[in-house]
This record gives sequence, C-alpha cells and structure tokens, in this order.
Amino acid sequence: MTTLTDPPSESFRLSMLIYDTRYRAITFQIIALICFLLFFGWLISNTAQNLADLGKEPSFGFLMEPAGYDINQRLIDYNNQDSHLRAAFVGLLNTLLVAFLGCVTATVVGVIVGVLRLSNNWLISRLMAVYVEMFRNVPVLMWIVLCMAILIESLPAPRAFRGDDAEASMKLFDTVAITNRGVYIPEPLFSRSLGDIPVGNLFNISIDLIAILIVLAIGFYVSHRIKLKADATQEATGVRPRTWYMRLGVIFVPLAALLVILGFHLGYPELSGFNFSGGTHLRNSLIALWLALSLYTAAFIAENVRAGILAISKGQTEAASALGLRPSITMRLVILPQALRVIIPPLISQYLNLTKNSSLAIAVGYMDITGTLMGITLNQTGRELETVLLGMLIYLAISLAISAVMNFYNSRVKLVER
Amino acid sequence: MSDTHAETVSYVRETMLPQQEPPASTVGPLGWAKTNLFSGWFNTVLSVLSGLFILWLAYRLLPWIISPTWQATSLNECREIIGALNKPHGGACWGVISERWKQLMFGFYPPEHYWRPVLSLILLLVALGPLLFRHLVPAKVIYFSMLYPFIAAWLLWGGTIWNPIVAILGFVIIGLSLKFLTSVLNPALALIIGVVLAVIWWVALAGTVAGGLSAVLPIGIEAIASRQFGGFMLSITIGVTAILCSLPIGILLALGRQSDLLLVKAMCVGFIEFIRGVPLITLLFVASVLLNIFLPPGTNFDIILRVIIMVTLFASAYMAEVVRGGLAALPKGQYEGADSLGLDYWQSQRLIIMPQALKISIPGIVSTFIGVFKDTTLVSIISMFDPIGLSNAIRADTAWNGVYWELFIFIGLVFFIFCFSMSRYSMYLERRLQTGHR
Repeated sequence: MTTLTDPPSESFRLSMLIYDTRYRAITFQIIALICFLLFFGWLISNTAQNLADLGKEPSFGFLMEPAGYDINQRLIDYNNQDSHLRAAFVGLLNTLLVAFLGCVTATVVGVIVGVLRLSNNWLISRLMAVYVEMFRNVPVLMWIVLCMAILIESLPAPRAFRGDDAEASMKLFDTVAITNRGVYIPEPLFSRSLGDIPVGNLFNISIDLIAILIVLAIGFYVSHRIKLKADATQEATGVRPRTWYMRLGVIFVPLAALLVILGFHLGYPELSGFNFSGGTHLRNSLIALWLALSLYTAAFIAENVRAGILAISKGQTEAASALGLRPSITMRLVILPQALRVIIPPLISQYLNLTKNSSLAIAVGYMDITGTLMGITLNQTGRELETVLLGMLIYLAISLAISAVMNFYNSRVKLVER
Repeated sequence: MSDTHAETVSYVRETMLPQQEPPASTVGPLGWAKTNLFSGWFNTVLSVLSGLFILWLAYRLLPWIISPTWQATSLNECREIIGALNKPHGGACWGVISERWKQLMFGFYPPEHYWRPVLSLILLLVALGPLLFRHLVPAKVIYFSMLYPFIAAWLLWGGTIWNPIVAILGFVIIGLSLKFLTSVLNPALALIIGVVLAVIWWVALAGTVAGGLSAVLPIGIEAIASRQFGGFMLSITIGVTAILCSLPIGILLALGRQSDLLLVKAMCVGFIEFIRGVPLITLLFVASVLLNIFLPPGTNFDIILRVIIMVTLFASAYMAEVVRGGLAALPKGQYEGADSLGLDYWQSQRLIIMPQALKISIPGIVSTFIGVFKDTTLVSIISMFDPIGLSNAIRADTAWNGVYWELFIFIGLVFFIFCFSMSRYSMYLERRLQTGHR
C-alpha cells in the first residue's frame, strides 16, 4: 500500500489567472493593454466629436495654402505668398541654426568655465562658481527676455551713426555696426561666383560653399595622412619630424588659392538713409536667443565637465607625472580622454535641452518652428490639432536625431569593458 | 670607522635646535595669497585681471544700486531724481519695485485677500516639515500634511468649504474599503473597488452633495477666479503641485520601464521618450488649445489645472529617468537579497529597493524639481501672468516703459533664492542620509 499519490494533475482554473505568477503577468498585461486602448479610443472619439461639433475636418491640406505672413530672419528664400509648409521649413531651419550656434558656443564656454572652476586660483574658481550658480538658478526664459531688453534698450539706434559727429561709431575698423535693430557684420562675397544649384524646389546651395568645403576636407585629410606618416617615422626611428608647417600649408594654401580664384571679398555694412544696408544682418532676436541659451547651457555643461574631471582618480595624474609628463600633456593625453567618457552622456542631454529650449524663441519674436508653425500658422488657419501635433513630431525627430548621433559618438569613445 | 670619523669632525651639536617658524611667505594671509592667487605667472595674470574686473564691477554697480528712487512713481521721475544727484553712470530706478512688488508676488489677486496665499505658503512650510526635516518635527504633523492640499486649494480659490470636504470624503471611501475589504479580498482588488467607488462619488454625487450642503450651511470665503492668479504665487502653485505629483508618477513610470512585463514596459518607454523629446512649450500649447478637444464635449476645466496636468506629466517623465538611474545603480545583490527573504514585488520595492534607489538619485530628483520650478515661467507664453509675463506687462506700461534691469534683478533674485535653497537642501539631505563608511 502506498501513501504517495501522483501530484495533482495540472488542471487550469480561472483563479490561476490572478494567483499563479506564471499567468498573472499575462493577465495584468492584457488588462493594461485594454485600459490603454480604451483610453486612446476615448480620446480619439472625444476629439472626433469635438472637431465635428466645431465643423473642422482634420486634414493637412492647409499646409499648401499661401502663408500670407513675412519672416524677417530666414536662411532660404521666402515670401508671404509661399505655402505654410515652406514657412514651417524656414522656421525649422531657424531652429536648427540657433541650436547649432548655441551648442557650439555653450560647449566652448562650458569647457573653459568647468576647467577654470577647478583652477587652484581662488579668485578665478570663485568667480566661475558665481557664474554657474547665477545662471543655473534663474529661469532661461528670464535670461532670454533680459538679453533682448538689453539689446533693444541700451544699444544706439541706426540714426545715431549719422552725421559728422555721430554719437555712435562702427566697431572693428568700421566693419561691424552694433545697433538696437541688430548687428551688421561683413558678408563674404565672390566676384567670380560659380552660381547656385537648386535642391529640389526647396532652396539653393551655393557652389562656392561646396567648393570651399571640398577643398577644406581634402586639406584636412592630407594633413591627417602627414600626421600618420610622422607617427610611423617616430615609431621607427624615435625622432619626430617637424610637420606643423606642412600640415598648416596643405589646409590653408589651397583654400587661399580657391578664394583668390573665386574673387573673395567682404561686403561691408553701410549706412544708407535711416538704416544699414549691405553686410549680414543678425537680428536682435537671434542674438538674444543665442547668447542667453549659450550662457545658460554653458553653466550646466561646466558642471558636467567639472564632474567628469573630478571623476578621474588622482592616481592617474600621479602616474602621469611619474612617467615624466608635463601637466598640459597630462591633461590632454591622460585626463581628458578618460573624463570625456563621463562627460559625453550628460553633454548629449544638454544639447537636447538647448534645442528644446530654443522653442522659447517665441518670447522674443525669433521665427523658429514654434513661431511659424505653432504660432502664426496656428492662429491664421485655426488648425490647432494638426499644427501642434506636427510641431511635436518635428521636435521629436530632431531630438531623436541628435541623441542618435551623439550616442554613436559615445559608443566610439566609450571604454570597452569585459 | 666611526672613531676616525668622529676625530675629523671638530664640533657635534648635542642638543636639538628649537623648531623654527616657517618662512613668512608660506603662512598667514601672505602665504595663502601666494599659494592661491600668485603661484606662477599665469595665475598672477588671471588673479590681477579678475581682481580688476571685480573692482570695476563694484565701482560701476554700487553707485547704481544705491539710488534713492524708492518713492518714484514713473521712470521720468526716477530720471529727475538721478539727474539732480548728478551721478556719472546713472542709477537704478527702484520705484518700479516698490510700486509693483505686490503685483509681481500675487498677480491680480484682490489685495484684501492677500492673507490667503500668504497663509497657504506658511501652512505649506508647516506641511512640508515632516517630509523635509523628519527628525526635527513631531510625526503627528504628517496628518496635517495629508490635509494640506485641500486646505491650500480652498484658501487660494475660495468658495464653499464643502467642496474640499466632499473631495476628502472620496479618499475616506478608499481608506474604508481598503480597511474592511482586505480581510475578505485580495488587497489589490480591494484597492480597485475603493477607487471605483471614490470615482463614482466624485463624478456623480460629490457636486450635488456639496451644492446641497452649501445651500443649507453656506460657510465659505469669496471665490477667486484662476485668471486673477499671477506672479510668484502662480509659479509656486504650479511648481509645488507639479513637483509633489511628479515624484510618485515618476517612480511608477521608472518601475514600469524596468519591469519584465513587455507591454507595460513599452508603454512606459513610449511615454517617457515622447515627453522628453518635445519641448515643454508644445505641451503647454496642448494644455491651452488642445486639451479641451481631447476631453468629452462640454468639458471646460480650469486653465491652471490644465497647465498643472501638463507640467506634471512633463516632470514625471524626467523624474522617471532619474529614478531609473538610481535603480540601475543599485547592486543586483539587493534585488536577490529581497527575493531570498521571500518578499513579494511591492514589499521588496518598498522596503529594500526604493529607499536605496531614491537616496542615490537625490541630486537628480532635486535638480528636476529646480528645473520644473524654473520652467513654470513658460506659462507666460500662453498668456498667463507669471513674473515674466507681468514684467512684460509692466514694461509696456507708459510710466515704466524702458525699465528692465531693476525688474529682472528682482525676479531673478527671488528665483535664485528658491532654487539655490532647494539645491542646498539636497546637499544637506545627502549628508544626513550618508551611510557609507568613508
């Protein structure tokens, strides 16, 4: 006689859906999915009902209609008879312009401030700490509005430049005019220009610019080859040949030759009537936004840089000096490459923040994608749903693109671990 | 060998010399200056340049700040006062601050009711006491903290007292059903039933009951409309609510993102990445123009509430990433240890994982808080009157057209005080919770 029986047969009971951990996960996920779909269905049906009540049909056809408004700061040709789509594209380019300028400036300022904050000079490190705390603890919108107010209120009007004993004068040997309507800087001109090539129907790209970029790229490539060759010679013989003049030469001599061939000269801004003409006009709104975003983000980048450098153990510095490396070389060859790994991930998010903060342009009237698509186009066409959703998608795409590029770079410099 | 050596030396000192003072150039203020300011030519140049910069700034700034214009009522009056003083670099026009500081603080809130926001701010500090300084404040105060949101909402918006009481009753329903149903049912099920009952109460019955009660017993204070809110009061209302709500939602999102449940994880990742990928201003556009389209026809709720909802969602996505960082930093042994003790998922999260993960992420959490508080200024773009929006309005006023430094110094200073004290508190908290033996 045996007291042992077979284990109870695995029959499925409904209560196992809740009490058995094997099934519970599935139950919960299905419930979550149903709730999610119900919620979305509810939102969509509400939206459809509301739009029907308002007599609006969701459609993106309005993008092809003439925009009817002007955009003063633009990178490509645009007039008020162009479509809303083209206006949005002008805005997108403006967003990218200020984001790019801002990221570059913020990185430069941020790295300098971050390194100086670690300086053993008491006064300098305190000054930098004051800068960082001042910018980090005050909203960026206030800095943008303040920069704009300073530019408008404190700079001389163009008419102050008039007359023989003018109140204001142009800076940098009469080449730059700083006025309360913006800054006029010399523009590059080519007397023997190669012309433009149209890209689709959207905009023209100057062949001169392409030629310059190609020459520069070739120059940098040859310069890099010379460096590799010098490295190889140093490996083989122990003596490093002097190459700096060759490396500078292959970059700058062809560039200078090309500029002469194209007939490069600068077009200076000149006072005509009550305003300046000629030269490139950087509007106040662009400068205020650029300045405020760069200085604000630089304060955050400075903290990231400082944290990155502090994260490198002191043993690295000591080992480098034991090898006889000078402090500057230690910084360049030992500390920074390691600190870079710590710095880059937060740097990516700072770039993303700057790009997203550039949407505050609307506060100073800089026509970025928020100002065109989600500002004037929204108000003129009354298409809230389409414009806001499209704007969000564009920002989402920009963010994802930036983080993809930077993550790729991050994976290149990342320490390969086990 | 030593003998011969001893003979060649004519004199051997037999007593120790007294210790000498260190050279004067290495101690005291002189030594400090030498090591910290003038070590090497480069540092010397930097020190001299920055010293000159500070002196120049003080020379220009101090006379500007000390300017007796507190009584002026317009910019022109300021200019007359400063012109009479014959200052070389002009002076500040503080009249704008003394005339408009109340507006910058309270917006268009009726002046006779200023005591209400002030009282709610004081009560906020009391309510935050047990959360921020746990070892200094009696534990009983926590009950007051739970009631505080209702008290504050009633004080700020006013109206009948029955509204907050009826709202509290909904939570009482949840509490009661948890208490009585857990003995017979699964706790999760009891919670769901409680929430369903409470929602039914809030949606279907609460309005009628509150209306009836206030008709019978009309106790209340004057109602204030949301569009009269403004200034720092508005910033603090939006900021504090979003901060307090975003932490729990952020924790749940972070847990969802770490979860093994694929669908839940996908939803959390999608939500977090979407919110983090778009600027807050687009979400505020959603709050101001789209939210009413998404909700059932005829719903039209308060603009401040809509903004708070969007800011909270925005903050919780960032909070989720901060908390996820803390969760990822926790050694795997902690999870396994919790499992081996036989704790279930929620118990191990509550007792083992979260206390440690949140402690690790304190700096990130607080900097998210600071970011949210600063971002409340963005509501000025959807034409609400936060301090920046008010500053634009004041600068458009003919009396103060052309004033900007004074206004922005004032606004910036107030923001600085709030944000800087938050960051100092986080440092204090980190030190207090420091359990490592370093």
